[in-house]
Amino acid sequence: MMQTEQIKTEESEHGFSGFKIELWKYQGEMGALIPLLQSAQETYGYIPESAIDYISEIVGIPSAEIYGVITFYSQFRLKPMGKNIIKVCDGTACHVNASTAIIKTLESELGVGTGETTDDGLFTLQKVACLGCCSLSPVIMINDETYGRLTPKKVQQLLNEYRERG
Amino acid sequence: MKTIKVGLGTCGVSAGGEKTYEAIKDEIEKQNIQVMLRETGCNGMCYREPLMEVIDEQNHSFVYGDVTPEKAKRIMTDHVLAGKPVSEWIVQGSAPSEDDSFFKKQNRIVLRNCGIIDPNSIDEYMATGGYQAIQKVLKEYTPEDVIDIITRSGLRGRGGGGFLTGVKWKFCRQAEGKKKYIICNADEGDPGAFMDRSTLESDPHSVLEGMMICAYAIGAEDGYIYCRAEYPKAVQRLKDSIRRALAKGFLGKNIFGSNVNFSIKIKEGAGAFVCGEETALIASIEGKRGMPRFRPPFPANKGLWGKPTNINNVETFANVAWIIMNGPEAFAAMGTENSKGTKVFALSGKVARGGLAEVPMGITINEIVYDIGGGIKDGKKFKAVQMGGPSGGSIPASMGDLQIDYQQINKTGAIMGSGGLVVMDETTCMVDMAKFFLRFTQDESCGKCTFCRIGTKRMLEILERITDGNGKEGDIELLRDLAYQIKNNTICGLGQTAPNPVLTTLKYFPEEYEAHIRDKKCPAHSCPALVTYTIKADACKGCMACAKACPAEAIKGEKKKPHEIDPEKCVKCGKCFETCKFGAVIKN
Repeated sequence: MMQTEQIKTEESEHGFSGFKIELWKYQGEMGALIPLLQSAQETYGYIPESAIDYISEIVGIPSAEIYGVITFYSQFRLKPMGKNIIKVCDGTACHVNASTAIIKTLESELGVGTGETTDDGLFTLQKVACLGCCSLSPVIMINDETYGRLTPKKVQQLLNEYRERG
Repeated sequence: MKTIKVGLGTCGVSAGGEKTYEAIKDEIEKQNIQVMLRETGCNGMCYREPLMEVIDEQNHSFVYGDVTPEKAKRIMTDHVLAGKPVSEWIVQGSAPSEDDSFFKKQNRIVLRNCGIIDPNSIDEYMATGGYQAIQKVLKEYTPEDVIDIITRSGLRGRGGGGFLTGVKWKFCRQAEGKKKYIICNADEGDPGAFMDRSTLESDPHSVLEGMMICAYAIGAEDGYIYCRAEYPKAVQRLKDSIRRALAKGFLGKNIFGSNVNFSIKIKEGAGAFVCGEETALIASIEGKRGMPRFRPPFPANKGLWGKPTNINNVETFANVAWIIMNGPEAFAAMGTENSKGTKVFALSGKVARGGLAEVPMGITINEIVYDIGGGIKDGKKFKAVQMGGPSGGSIPASMGDLQIDYQQINKTGAIMGSGGLVVMDETTCMVDMAKFFLRFTQDESCGKCTFCRIGTKRMLEILERITDGNGKEGDIELLRDLAYQIKNNTICGLGQTAPNPVLTTLKYFPEEYEAHIRDKKCPAHSCPALVTYTIKADACKGCMACAKACPAEAIKGEKKKPHEIDPEKCVKCGKCFETCKFGAVIKN
């Protein structure tokens, strides 16, 4: 187990200061990779290349293998994301309840396709399989907030609310 | 003093429950009302969210549905202050309600505390008899006794596998090795299933208690909960609940003063449906790509870090404490010959009352859809239910009298799965449904087995051309052939069940496939490429309602003059069709 001072030095060498302190609790534990990646992403909004090298050193797993893990899971991103992440549900229940119209509205309102980020960096649009709020379908999630029983009009209102917040 | 509870599960919150809660809080402060305001989970009536319950001094409960902040204010004034319940908004409790039938055929074990207790309070869980079962087990039973009780109850794995839980525990108990693990699979990934999310949010301690009992029975000191990252509220509840249980000495070293040690860690998933499969889940906890491996060896012998591991899902664990307290006979008394107890179903889709219903096994599909679900929305015709998510299949309405148990459902070609029950009406295209599920499994295929990786892709391409109006003779045969190849040549549940939605729709709705391929028509008027919208000029009153509803601004026209749809701009969402009161919008 590394000492706190050593960790601090490593941090400054790599220029990382934003990692959450919980990150270091995983030190030396088995299966640390995914929580470390999650922590990196939580700090930076995505996983920068330098973070991959850094994590590789800590856990002793080659960067290439870490890259393989990152690309396997849909949660991880290798590019910076918009300030607000919109997850639009296209699960079964939402699909039956016209989520296609919601997706189309979002795409035309934001001027981006799913998986893309708006030019102003305010929104990233993602399509997800199921948010587990099927009885309120169609549903979207903006950051950690879930919004249900949507119509194209409500979506427009929601986007305006978030735009005002900046 | 009266108590007020507001449902703040994810469903309650997304329906605006937090605003209702704030409005009640404001009202309490403004009018200086003496009441207890509590938060609770979801009672299953998701279709009525936000829900607010008032419990009066005589312990009478009144649950109000669709409670907006404005309605909440009136309930506070009329009921809480003046003692006059607002009867027209009551959906459950001491006054009769049309919604009573939602609960009539239910029998709640897993959901016993959901929407009743405050999930943030370990004391409330204990006040309902919580953590009695684990203490009874530690005092009175040997691990073998516990396994025997669970086996005799007939409890089967509720995640979809349907394997006898007691037998699974026994395998792991008997496996060689000192270090053993248990894992709670909370990677609820089936689109259309949300019972595990609701249970974790509304009654997290019941799952923790089930895990404790399992850990004792198997001889494991370490447990993991693998929870979807898409469920932030459930993860937070679990973290808080584990902290509270630790503080009371229910987790950690010498739990409940015994010589048993048990601790639980949470692992958040990173978004991969295949991680619901147990060997993939284990790989994911180990920090690897979540890819399944060959079995045997089964996790019971070689699981996490190569050690014997037992994996059960959330709902399975939530049953355990109840079985210990009420006896295996009481559990086995419910259900059918080979499927005992109850099952929680997540009702969604075109059903009038979407939500969670826990029913005894053996209930019929019609009872769930009509008696509990209130029938089909907007008076449309019941067409089919999709059971078991992307691994399951569509069962036609004509088989609505089918009794739900593991064997009966398997016979149809669908599976019980985790209990998602998506109801479909006449406007749902079955070919589109099959395509939808296949796209999902295609996306989520880990790529290890060729037949799953490439076979599902080829099947998807065929379905896409069929729904685009480019289907060819021989496509149905090709789909069938690919489906059987994929089923027989893949190693995990994802691949083996991926063709089920196609096979069941081919079996029960062949005419829909034929109509798409031969007549280039979608009988449900759902496939955009095969549907056009036009406005009948002589029926159009020029009210502009359709133009306002159109999200694509594809409808032009002036007031009191017939409108027209620009086919170039039309996104075929059907909003104009739904909006028009005069039947002037025609769907072809």
